Amino acid sequence: MAISNILHLGIKELRSLLRDPVLMIFIVYAFSLSIYAVATAMIDSLNNAPIAIVDDDRSPLSMRIVDAFYPPYFLPPVLIEQHEIDARMDMGIDTFALHIPANFQRDLLAGHQPVIQLNIDATRMGQAFTGNNYVQSIVSGEIDAFVQRHRQESVTPVDLVLRAKFNSELNSQWFGAVMEVINNITMLSIILTGAAIIREREHGTLEHLLVMPVTPFEIMASKVWAMALVVITATALSLWLVVQTWLAVPIQGSVWLFLLGTLFHLFATTSLGIFLGTVARSMPQFGLLLVMILLPLQVLSGASTPRESMPDIIQYIMLLAPDTHFVMLAQSILYRGAGFTEVWAQFLVLILLGSVLFGLSLSRFRKTIASMA
Amino acid sequence: MTALALSALDDNRQVAVLKNISLCYGKTQALDDLSLNIPAGIMVGIIGPDGVGKSSLFSLISGAHAIQQGTIEVLGGDMRKTKHRQKVCPRIAYMPQGLGKNLYHTLSVFENVDFFGRLFGLNRFEREQRITDLLEATGLTAFADRPAGKLSGGMKQKLGLCCALIHDPELLILDEPTTGVDPLSRRQFWSLIKRIRSDNPAMSVLVATAYMEEAADFDWLVAMNQGRVLTTGTPQQILEQTGTSSLESAFIALLPEALRNRHQPVVIPQRRESSHDEFAIEADNLTRRFGHFTAVDQVSFRIPRGEIFGFLGSNGCGKTTTMKMLTGLLAASEGHARLFGKTIDPHDLSIRQRVGYMTQSFSLYGELTVKQNLDLHARLFKLPSHSIAARIDEMAKRFELEAVLDSLPDALPLGQRQRLSLAVAMIHGPEMLILDEPTSGVDPIARDVFWQIMVDLARQDGVTIFISTHFMNEAERCDRISLMHAGRVLVTDTPENLKKARNAASLEDAFVDYLQEEVRRQENLQITDESAKNSIKTNNKNDTPSASLTGFSLRRLYSYSRRETLELVRDPIRLTMAMLGTLLLMFVVGYGISLDVEDLKFAVLDADQSATSRDYTLNLSGSRYFIEQPVLYSHAEIEQRMQSGELSLAIEIPYGFGRDLARGRPVEIGAWIDGSMPTRGENIRGYVQGMHSHWLTMKSREILGSSVTAQPATIEARFRYNPDVKSLVAMVPAMIPLLLMLILSMLTALSVVREKELGSIVNLYVTPVSRLEFLLGKQLPYIVLGMLNFVLLVLFAVFIFQVPLTGSFLTLTFAALLYVVCATSLGLLISAFTRSQIAALFGTALLTLIPAVQFSGMIDPVSSMQGLGRWIGEVYPATHFLTISRGVFSKGLSYSDLHSAFIALFIAVPVLMLVGVMLLKKQER
Repeated sequence: MAISNILHLGIKELRSLLRDPVLMIFIVYAFSLSIYAVATAMIDSLNNAPIAIVDDDRSPLSMRIVDAFYPPYFLPPVLIEQHEIDARMDMGIDTFALHIPANFQRDLLAGHQPVIQLNIDATRMGQAFTGNNYVQSIVSGEIDAFVQRHRQESVTPVDLVLRAKFNSELNSQWFGAVMEVINNITMLSIILTGAAIIREREHGTLEHLLVMPVTPFEIMASKVWAMALVVITATALSLWLVVQTWLAVPIQGSVWLFLLGTLFHLFATTSLGIFLGTVARSMPQFGLLLVMILLPLQVLSGASTPRESMPDIIQYIMLLAPDTHFVMLAQSILYRGAGFTEVWAQFLVLILLGSVLFGLSLSRFRKTIASMA
Repeated sequence: MTALALSALDDNRQVAVLKNISLCYGKTQALDDLSLNIPAGIMVGIIGPDGVGKSSLFSLISGAHAIQQGTIEVLGGDMRKTKHRQKVCPRIAYMPQGLGKNLYHTLSVFENVDFFGRLFGLNRFEREQRITDLLEATGLTAFADRPAGKLSGGMKQKLGLCCALIHDPELLILDEPTTGVDPLSRRQFWSLIKRIRSDNPAMSVLVATAYMEEAADFDWLVAMNQGRVLTTGTPQQILEQTGTSSLESAFIALLPEALRNRHQPVVIPQRRESSHDEFAIEADNLTRRFGHFTAVDQVSFRIPRGEIFGFLGSNGCGKTTTMKMLTGLLAASEGHARLFGKTIDPHDLSIRQRVGYMTQSFSLYGELTVKQNLDLHARLFKLPSHSIAARIDEMAKRFELEAVLDSLPDALPLGQRQRLSLAVAMIHGPEMLILDEPTSGVDPIARDVFWQIMVDLARQDGVTIFISTHFMNEAERCDRISLMHAGRVLVTDTPENLKKARNAASLEDAFVDYLQEEVRRQENLQITDESAKNSIKTNNKNDTPSASLTGFSLRRLYSYSRRETLELVRDPIRLTMAMLGTLLLMFVVGYGISLDVEDLKFAVLDADQSATSRDYTLNLSGSRYFIEQPVLYSHAEIEQRMQSGELSLAIEIPYGFGRDLARGRPVEIGAWIDGSMPTRGENIRGYVQGMHSHWLTMKSREILGSSVTAQPATIEARFRYNPDVKSLVAMVPAMIPLLLMLILSMLTALSVVREKELGSIVNLYVTPVSRLEFLLGKQLPYIVLGMLNFVLLVLFAVFIFQVPLTGSFLTLTFAALLYVVCATSLGLLISAFTRSQIAALFGTALLTLIPAVQFSGMIDPVSSMQGLGRWIGEVYPATHFLTISRGVFSKGLSYSDLHSAFIALFIAVPVLMLVGVMLLKKQER
């Protein structure tokens, strides 16, 4: 093994990348505008939810209820007629439709316990759950306040003081920005290394390398370090310039510790990229393999929905993916300000997974080469 | 020269008129104010050193490259005008430089020719007849079913010619058609051209060649240097003009003083024989089989140190395979080989240090400059870093690369690239050089320079040289040569002895004689010249091609569709992944994504330890949402266990909670939620609040009796379309748009850029196919694939996931068709403007995965988004198909309810296609 070979072959990779302006533009876009777009699309988990209200009562109480819905949680409510509910929900205009029946206020004060109907478009799972809680508590809050003015005070004896730690406003922007950085780290590192291997094969340059005093290990290691360098640089710049400065997301823990973790993660993902590059025989095959790997990684790593809610079997399978551990590590460090003592386990697993993937890829790479020429 | 050709010259008709043409690639001036009239109806040869602009000239005349300065008239019209180009390109045939560069390697010989036939609008009958004629004439009939990628170099060139001649052109442009082709095939090639011309005397042929013997047979020559014309005339006129006897020397005499002085005849000193020399290369019954095919059959030879050993043979006879076995790239099936007395071991790096190898096809890094390539290899061969700069200078001087040190190899002509490859092979001063056709495409002067270097290396430094070549004058310079055919070495001897043995005047005659004898012996293969007696019939000019050549043509579109389909079908792995991959993904992701937040871990800091406080805890741990963890003892522990992510919720019950509650004093319970994942945080907040009030109601009833806390009013929540609030019902219909978008755009994204990277894009430039036909043609097979995929996905959703399809399947299918067209168009669009496959891959992943997952309303509706994301979501086709898919699946809707989403898709289709067409260039720029 020669360090200098690994160094110079790696420099060659970097030079190749610089020659492809479209690719460079894509990389810059991925770590800047794309992050910005994802982060700012949803500021809160319930944001601008579209709601329509059918007010058949037209009483002071019903008007109070209508006025209680306002941005940012809800869009200003649209007042509609009852027969419009179905059509509007069918077309996906409203997620919520609240129906206040006629004589609601009168029945309420008379103690008849009238019923308000809340229609929820349950195909929009995200908003349906959270929104239901919000609508219920807003409406009952208004009713309680209204009732209290007409009846004697009834004190709730136990007060629940709820505080959200690490992100007291439950601001989605913070979450989205960093998770998008993570998704792009994985995506870029796998594509760059895998495609680099296939390109060398398609252009016959790999064969050329093999008649020189260069070992497969050196070829592979050079790609790993060069691509990892590109991704980690993009990550660091993106964290500082886009996430911390542009989006003003407060980062709790040490960015350096996170970058160290990213390095271990990249060791695993670049190895995975090379593995895919040896499995696929051509670039089109690689493209499809990529989709089949990237999508589950993105959706099931815990970066978009919480891991706990996934079926057990999926949770276990996803433990084999470096992404899962990287997401845990990133969430701990960046959001919860965890130090090394809290995340050492993830570091260990990433090193382990990385070594296994690197070993696997190396043996496959050797075999591919032997059968190639 | 034929009388006919002379009369054509006298006619003074021109096939092409060039005035003040200049062309630059970046800073490199390829053509410099060049003016030239090319006579029609004859065979015109363009000769000149490498990099003087021959290929550039051809790409301008054929219309492949856009004109930068000056005017060109071809076949009586201005090539600047798109209309004229459209009109004449069916009458021009262009065969670019490089072995089979414009062919499709996965397609068979027949399919390749058939593809071009369709592009030029020939109907089935015309095609079949003409393909039969052409294959017969070129001797390719026996190989009609072989994939083009598996043909030898010479056969590829013949196939290229068939493809060029399929539409019976008036102007045939051949860019170094015989480079890298063995002498026998070369003879066959030219006799074929001769016959074609005698059948169709009006045809003009324009050829660039590096073989001066060939140029001597042409009717009219143009000598070029540095982007300018030196002289024109018949070969006779040029010989007279320069006062020389051969074209080779005439060519040298024509060059400017400075260049000419550099040329010196190659001097080969006698080799000092010394019997005790060890052998540098020993091969013993070396055999290599690929399946049933024996590529190399028991080859043996011994090459002493310092010998120049030539390796000759027809294309595809196993020379390259033998060389690969010698370098350790390929393992021998039988027999063995030794280098410097050591058996070849692919893991022995020290032997590689002593060998320099140059492959037949250019295999250096196109993305690195000439200098960077040299530098990289010098470092890989561990040259001391202080001497690298000097060594690079030395090699650049030797191989005349100084002027192009900072250029990219891809921008260089073939000859200069070959010189670079050689310089790279020699940079570490190896003791042995294994060179696979190193001088193919290199001009005579550079070849002589190169040979002088090799001779010096061999004679002075004792470097052993093992070289394969198709040039007979080079073979004569070797100490010994081997003739190889069909995997076997026919004879090994000195050039002199070989000539004597056959009584031949030249080595070429001797060579052809040996080969023909061998071929006759095998009998199963017949020499084309003799077997193909029938001539190639030309189309009757009145019999116009059945499809119109201008305007939109379904046949050309279909031609590309067919090609794409064949390629797709030939790659079963890709096809399987495209079809079954989506199902697998739907299963994994549909099953895995769950928006019900459950099984949240919580722990309690219970300072009270009363029955009431335990009851409160039980209220939480008893629900399906929460799982209790070991109790907490301090605030510090809350901090630490939440930080590590172990706990999502921590509850603090204060001291005296039970007592105070019983006395009716106000008490507070503290709850900390992990807010790092906001959606989950919101859910937890909702659950805790709900359970808290539920507990309070229960408590109040216990204490105060049942009547007190009845709600003044109830809010009845109806979860519509998905009454059980199952994630699957919400997610599965949303997965269909996502998966179709990802897979289809990925499939099409590589289709155009791949042709760009591998060279066959030139067919778009020089054939009558329009950009729209090209893109639509490529798109069609993927649309079919996408629709099949869609049907599979729906079946899977309904029968495996049991998600009911409540609306109109017809509506969904129609929407899917529009959407599939959008997804494939998006891929093509990305493919049209990227330069490399890597960029296309990353771009596609970036422009489909993120918008489709984040902005198209899969989890949160687009109307709730804002900023850039909202804007992307509004225009992204996945958003609208998602609305339709959910509408039809869960809401029981049909077309009339969904027309706004349909309108969006209707608009997206032509917009995406148009942008794709606009970004694609019909000419190289």
